[in-house]
Amino acid sequence: MAQLSYRDAVSLGIAQEMRRDPNLVMLGEDIAGAGGVFKTTVGLLDEFGPKRIRDTPISEQAILGAAMGAAMTGIPVIAEIMFSDFLAVCFDIVANEMAKSRYMTGGQVTVPVVIRTANGAGSRFGAQHSQSVENWCMMIPGLKVVAPSNPADVIGLMAAAVRDPDPVVFFEHKSLFATKGEVPSGEIVDELGKATTVRTGSDCTIAALALMVPRALQAADRLAEDGISAEVIDLRSLVPLDTRAILGSVVKTGHLFTVEENPRLCGWGAEVASIVAEEAFWDLDGPVVRITTPHIPLPSAEALEDLALPSVERIYETVRTTMD
Amino acid sequence: MYELQQSLRQFEKRAYDLFMENLVKGTSHLSLGMEAVATGFGRAMHSDDYTFATYRGHAHTIARGAPLGPVMAELLGRENGILKGKGGSMHLTSVEHGMMGSYAIIGAHLCIANGAAWSAQMRGTDQVAVAFFGDGTTNIGAFHEALNFAVIWDLPVVFVCENNLYMEYTPIDLVSAVPNPAADRAAAYGLDRIIVDGNDADAVYEVATSVFDRARRGAGPSLVEAVTYRHGGHSRADPGKYRPAEEVEAWLERDPIPMYHQRLLELGVSESELSAIQQSVAERVEEATEFAKQGAVPAADQLFVDVWSDGGASWRN
Repeated sequence: MAQLSYRDAVSLGIAQEMRRDPNLVMLGEDIAGAGGVFKTTVGLLDEFGPKRIRDTPISEQAILGAAMGAAMTGIPVIAEIMFSDFLAVCFDIVANEMAKSRYMTGGQVTVPVVIRTANGAGSRFGAQHSQSVENWCMMIPGLKVVAPSNPADVIGLMAAAVRDPDPVVFFEHKSLFATKGEVPSGEIVDELGKATTVRTGSDCTIAALALMVPRALQAADRLAEDGISAEVIDLRSLVPLDTRAILGSVVKTGHLFTVEENPRLCGWGAEVASIVAEEAFWDLDGPVVRITTPHIPLPSAEALEDLALPSVERIYETVRTTMD
Repeated sequence: MYELQQSLRQFEKRAYDLFMENLVKGTSHLSLGMEAVATGFGRAMHSDDYTFATYRGHAHTIARGAPLGPVMAELLGRENGILKGKGGSMHLTSVEHGMMGSYAIIGAHLCIANGAAWSAQMRGTDQVAVAFFGDGTTNIGAFHEALNFAVIWDLPVVFVCENNLYMEYTPIDLVSAVPNPAADRAAAYGLDRIIVDGNDADAVYEVATSVFDRARRGAGPSLVEAVTYRHGGHSRADPGKYRPAEEVEAWLERDPIPMYHQRLLELGVSESELSAIQQSVAERVEEATEFAKQGAVPAADQLFVDVWSDGGASWRN
């Protein structure tokens, strides 16, 4: 076991897969010489060379189009979209092309692309560089959606995403890049669609994703001081969604809280709440409660951005008052 | 090339008849009158080259050798369709024939064709990717992104604008800054200005051969504007009445197929040989129609097949 930053785990995860598959290539803006604007691709150009690690112009449609065309003709691709907000610029390729090709060609076309992108708030970048947009992708049939919360998961889920023949959108969280975690040595390969119970508990379940996982864990520590035993589930992927893990936990605890960074309207928490209402209603001892960002564009000022995102304090207070 | 042009023409005329019989549902975009472009480029391609087309892709699909029966069955939404009834007219694809798809939203496939060309470049093959698109496509961002990207990466890709003078229902010159919407913009990407008579299959073939050679030599992409004309409207719903009668008349005079017929006669091919070709094509179109009509409607369980590469559609456990 070694301590590794989330940022370094990204490049290690990519390197692990590029060593394994000599056909795998990567493209994106500023990823090669510059090592990525978030320094998540440092060292890759040196190890794999300019043919496999390629800088592109600021042309998101061209980037993802090239990724798709290469992937469907035998070359698997990791494509970086610098900020997840920029997915909007190339959403035709994401939502209409990559996601639909297999189905509408009767299974003829396979698109093994991983779209990596920096998601989420906390860097005071304002409304166009801070969004959590995993919901944009979650609602499109044909896309898989992954969002790791710690370095070991970054590597394991990166491997799973690259090895998956279908298009996967891989959300790395900006505010987690500097965080560190234990990473086992050797090859790490995870499975998509498996949530992790990161803390066991008996009184309530908190389902979270990405940056909200460490916050939920801190809130759970404080809840424990009040005698409330919270189970925390890191969903890790939204598609496939590990509903078994959520339902199993709810059956045990009787209470569900979802913590998500998205604006409230149509966030993934609503889907999770709806599944639980349909399939575990009689196991609930109270309403499902969603803790979200309000339905607003994100502000830039530190004080306002902090207020918008679910904080440890807000998670703690919401759970505590609900459980009282 | 005469036979292929006849196949494209007779196939689409039959598809139109089947619309009228209400056997083809949804929409369809015919390329009657534009057959020489698909023919000239199709015949110049190698069997392992890649074709990317738009929603107006029947001709480009058939030109790659996709069988007429399954293509017709797809238009009828049958289980024996080339896409198993899942895609329909606007998404015709036959990977085994190098037909990598018909893309129904303007622009995307130029970028995707770049990727296929990039893959050929990395694999060290001499394959070329060809993206066909209409004049309307030249005004969307993806066109410009794709061209710049292809040039800076020296990709073996050929962009073919089929300029049929109308962006859907609107004359292209009303909505474009330059008279030749593709060729006049080539210089912006360091490319040659290439315009070809899109109703002359031989001229198209010649241009195709030369730009394919360039791509296979590693000399990079080309942008070709083939000027042609749609005999009908934009889609099934459009009778094309917005076009001046004299314009339609003039272009019907330049119908690529009678023109090619005449050229072959002048070269010494007999009328009986040509009518034998027409007849054999008619028989194949008839067989394709029967094949399509006899296809079953897709079974209900097909609704949940092939969202994912494991064959299924599950998004949760």
